[in-house]
Amino acid sequence: MKSAAGYHGIPRWLYVIAALGGLLVVLPLVAMLAKVNWAQFVPLITSDSSMAALGLSLRTSAASTVLCIVLGVPLALVLARGEFPGQRLLRSFVLLPLVLPPVVGGIALLYTFGRQGLLGKSLEVAGIQIAFSTTAVVLAQTFVALPFLVVSLEGALRSAGSRYEAVAATLGARPTTVLRRVTLPLVLPGLASGAVLSFARSLGEFGATLTFAGSLEGVTRTLPLEIYLQRETDADAAVALSLVLVAVAVAVVGLSYGRRRSTTPSAVQA
Amino acid sequence: MSLNLADGETVAVLGPNGAGKSTLLGVIAGLLRPDSGSARIGGRELFTLDAGSHFWSPPHVRGTALLAQDALLFPHLNALDNVAFGPRSAGSSTAAARESAQHWLAEVDALPLANRKPAQLSGGQAQRVAVARALAAEPELLLLDEPMAALDIHAAPLLRRVLKRVLEGRKAIIVTHDILDAYMLADRVIVVESGRIAEEGPTRQVLERPRSHFAAGLAGLNLVAGSISPEGITTPDGRVFAGQHDPGWSPLPGQTGVAAFPPSSVSVFLGDVHGSPRNSFPVTITDLEPHGDQIRVRASSGSSAEALSADITPAASADLGLVPGMDVRFVVKAALVSVYPA
Repeated sequence: MKSAAGYHGIPRWLYVIAALGGLLVVLPLVAMLAKVNWAQFVPLITSDSSMAALGLSLRTSAASTVLCIVLGVPLALVLARGEFPGQRLLRSFVLLPLVLPPVVGGIALLYTFGRQGLLGKSLEVAGIQIAFSTTAVVLAQTFVALPFLVVSLEGALRSAGSRYEAVAATLGARPTTVLRRVTLPLVLPGLASGAVLSFARSLGEFGATLTFAGSLEGVTRTLPLEIYLQRETDADAAVALSLVLVAVAVAVVGLSYGRRRSTTPSAVQA
Repeated sequence: MSLNLADGETVAVLGPNGAGKSTLLGVIAGLLRPDSGSARIGGRELFTLDAGSHFWSPPHVRGTALLAQDALLFPHLNALDNVAFGPRSAGSSTAAARESAQHWLAEVDALPLANRKPAQLSGGQAQRVAVARALAAEPELLLLDEPMAALDIHAAPLLRRVLKRVLEGRKAIIVTHDILDAYMLADRVIVVESGRIAEEGPTRQVLERPRSHFAAGLAGLNLVAGSISPEGITTPDGRVFAGQHDPGWSPLPGQTGVAAFPPSSVSVFLGDVHGSPRNSFPVTITDLEPHGDQIRVRASSGSSAEALSADITPAASADLGLVPGMDVRFVVKAALVSVYPA
């Protein structure tokens, strides 16, 4: 049956290369799926150490996501709407963790909050120790996940424009009211998908966490660290836990992509 | 540019695109910051920006609600909550704000739309809700920036009628391109050209006796400026437009004035005209276009860039074989030329 979609102008050989690209992503997942020890699957992922790692990962990722929202929303707002010297520079630095190797981020965090670090020394005097604690895990994850929220929200703010805010102001709404009742509701879909991406990035964080927080079971050993550790001793457990992370990632992508599609005008009406 | 509004007065701001009309509203609303200037409503200062003072109040304390070409209803709120936005922002309780919103929705004949989301409203409906939203904020000065421009021709008359009702006795500035808006809604008209006021006065006076080319164009009149002479107007290049002075008005010779006449009072001739030599001018046709059931002939005279128009029948145009670039004579009936001071 012929499709009525009309001429699309894509040469056939392009499909071959595109299929190769798709395979590069899908094939490893299939290979891993083939390696799963299904008989032992449930015991493997419900062992004490696995459950501890999974619980810690979910708790710290949730905390990082909250921190990303608290810090990222103002950042995205001043980057998208504000006008101040050094704005472009600030944007570049905020986006840096996207391209920085996480282990470098971990080292940077260590020299900031570590015992001998820039702030760590003063914090130590105050009796607060951050490095190699659960707080460090949250900080490391926030460090790498923040740009995802900022980029996503800044894009939403820019495409929404500031005309609604201007109207709201002439109707007598003070800036805080405008933010709460107009700006944030307008960019809610962008904020939600940014938060979901941040959560996913936090959940997968490995390098910065290992460097800055170490690998203490129940305290700083998150799921990716547990997988890496198990791989040495118990490959079946590593594969089973990996599958759990894949499932979470698929859910996150589905949630985020589904949201984006539902923000088309026709769906907003409903 | 200086502009004053009396209590309860609606002023229409007319002018060509890019003349600074919307900028004027943006500055009054506090959305655009000029380099210098000042404004006040009653005794309350909106801004004073000059060498000595840098006072600038933010838009939300100005009491100047702005209605733009697009309704810009908040897409996440239904019509009722959109209208209730102003009262809520002013500190009213949700119930009181909704009550006030219902009152204003009824006022613009939009009460049945209260529960609809903006995406479910037509352009005209959305704009009426936007009017209600602006009024519900109880602005001291309502700013309307071409509110009818984005509407189709069926929706505009209804909104115009609503605006006529609600603007009665209200201080408002309306920017418009439409002479009908000016006639129906405004007590006074200001014509803005390239950032300055070219002309102002009561609506009928400005539109029936225009002194600026823009207002004359809106009113569909030819306008020629010059100095007043006993028989009419003498242009700077020496042409004489004979016409009728106001009865009971004796002009001072040499006083600057204008001659205004409708295109229908102009006839087109080829070659020399015999008989009455008055008001006969050689011109070059620049443009021909249908205008109602007539053909509008636009032409400019060689010496000045002033454009004049003549309305003739399609048959006459065909008989004369008019094409752009042709040299013809315009003859204006002196009895239909009004001469008055500029």
